[in-house]
Amino acid sequence: MPDEPSWYSSFWTYLDFARDDVLELTIDHALVVILAVALATVIGVVLGVLTYRTDRPRELVLAVTGTFLTIPSLALFGLFIAIPMLGLGGRSVVVGLVMYGLLPIVRNTIVGLREVDPAIVESAQGMGMARTERLWRIELPLAWPVILTGMRVSTLVLIGIAAIGAYINGPGLGELIFSGLARIGSATALNQVLAGILGIMVLAVLFDLVYVAISRFTTSKGIR
Amino acid sequence: MNDSTGSAPEAGKIKIRLEGLSKRFPGQGEDAVDNLSMEIPEGEIIILVGPSGCGKTTTMKLINRIIEPTSGRIFLDDEDVTKVNPDLLRRRIGYVIQQIGLFPHVTIADNIATVPKMLGWKKDRINERVDELLETVGMDPGNYRDRYPKELSGGQRQRVGVARAMSADPDVMLMDEPFGAIDPITRDRLQNEFLRLQEQIKKTIIFVTHDIDEAIKMGDRIAILREQSHIAQFDTPERILVNPADDFVADFIGRGASLKRLSLSRVRDVELHQWPTAQDGTGHDEVRRLLEASDKSAVLVLDSQQRPMRWVNAEHLQRAGDGAALGEIGLPAEAVVQPNATLSDTLNEMLTARYSTAIVVDSSSAYQGIVDIDTINDTVRSMRRAERVRLREDERNDEQVSS
Repeated sequence: MPDEPSWYSSFWTYLDFARDDVLELTIDHALVVILAVALATVIGVVLGVLTYRTDRPRELVLAVTGTFLTIPSLALFGLFIAIPMLGLGGRSVVVGLVMYGLLPIVRNTIVGLREVDPAIVESAQGMGMARTERLWRIELPLAWPVILTGMRVSTLVLIGIAAIGAYINGPGLGELIFSGLARIGSATALNQVLAGILGIMVLAVLFDLVYVAISRFTTSKGIR
Repeated sequence: MNDSTGSAPEAGKIKIRLEGLSKRFPGQGEDAVDNLSMEIPEGEIIILVGPSGCGKTTTMKLINRIIEPTSGRIFLDDEDVTKVNPDLLRRRIGYVIQQIGLFPHVTIADNIATVPKMLGWKKDRINERVDELLETVGMDPGNYRDRYPKELSGGQRQRVGVARAMSADPDVMLMDEPFGAIDPITRDRLQNEFLRLQEQIKKTIIFVTHDIDEAIKMGDRIAILREQSHIAQFDTPERILVNPADDFVADFIGRGASLKRLSLSRVRDVELHQWPTAQDGTGHDEVRRLLEASDKSAVLVLDSQQRPMRWVNAEHLQRAGDGAALGEIGLPAEAVVQPNATLSDTLNEMLTARYSTAIVVDSSSAYQGIVDIDTINDTVRSMRRAERVRLREDERNDEQVSS
């Protein structure tokens, strides 16, 4: 009697079989996350820049973006189905992800800008550098490493949450996980779930490597 | 309202005029600067000095409108600049603060080029200017232009800060405790370098410090401020030391005013003594003859460029034996000063080296003469005598007035 195939050899067999699908879903997953982080960065940095010097607005922005993170993602996505402009699909997922991704970026933008040595800003002002120029040439470049760290945290959070997006027909590896969970007990169910989880972990590692590279290339040698 | 007015006596052209300048910060009951009027002559170092909280830094920042005045007017070259675009105004005024505030994320060259870039200079001109300025502040452009601020020492950062403030060749520079965060030895050297530089560039400099010794050393004129930037006295260091306007000024100058006066006289102002010298390589017998012929106990050995090397006396000669070169025996020639050193610095050098003489050399380090401790003593004594005579005259005048 031949040995029963062990679960992991059957997993590799499955992965080999479904390779193209898994790869496509992984790429979709990555694209959704990149789009959401990019939007969250634009919105988050703008919010940070607008509020870092005033107490009340700053606290308000942090409180609101912090509250976003406490909403269970399943509930939020479910809620979006009912909203006419959003509904089922990728658009709702991206909007949700942007909301979840805001806090780390806004927070780090504010912290980074507030940590810039006031003497540096004053000497720039004393040389006749206008407010916007000071922001672009001095404050944002000095805050950049901190902002980038916020983007990195945000990305890691969103990779996980993006999987839930499949619940409302969003793209990405969540599809494997949800369809596996729906068919628990069948031959490929466990393999699908495992493939989804593995894909997400690989993505997380890849994104982190990309951030290390970005940080290396975009941070001035003078503040590294 | 207290009207405090300072006008510079015997001054040349007025570069900056402050007219009834006041500043009240929001939420405060009292003005930080109250109705200050002052005339600042061109090409001089004007020191604003006073106890902490007297408003001296606020006053300085009112001039380039980092702090906007609540009332009053500021004139630069007779032009009312109280309402002009502050960014354009600041590009005409160099600015150095204690923390220096170099931009850490750009190179030394880019730091210095900040204002010329804003003014839209051509690249070649900026590069030339950066190299020129680095050389002016004694830093090798090839070595430093592409470095970052974190790679420099405190003293070097300070130099770059000064170079950056001078980049667009402003007529006016504002300096807020520029040497405050530097160790005493480096500070002294930077102060001397800066004074030498000022002799060439002749900028109008407004210099804030809380240190009266620094004020006396650096200032062409000193404004001693009490709270709310009221001027207690605005005059040359000499006259403030000899003739303090009131008890506040006298207290602020402190005791040891005659010692402080040593900071006012320089080596070039006193008579140098000569000393027997011998070239390195002179025979020992020749040196012994020199010693016998003079009333001094040692000779100063000079190298071929007339630079001081060693002090050698009869005992050294005897102990070393006939073959030894003069340049290798005796004691090292320490306590060497240049003619622009103050007598206070000179005394300091002597005490550090534990010699009773200081050797004076010119800018190429060649021997010029000797200042000894008696010369310094005499200077202090004659200053004190002059002061006593002046006091007595003042008293006599007072008596005549009251009788």
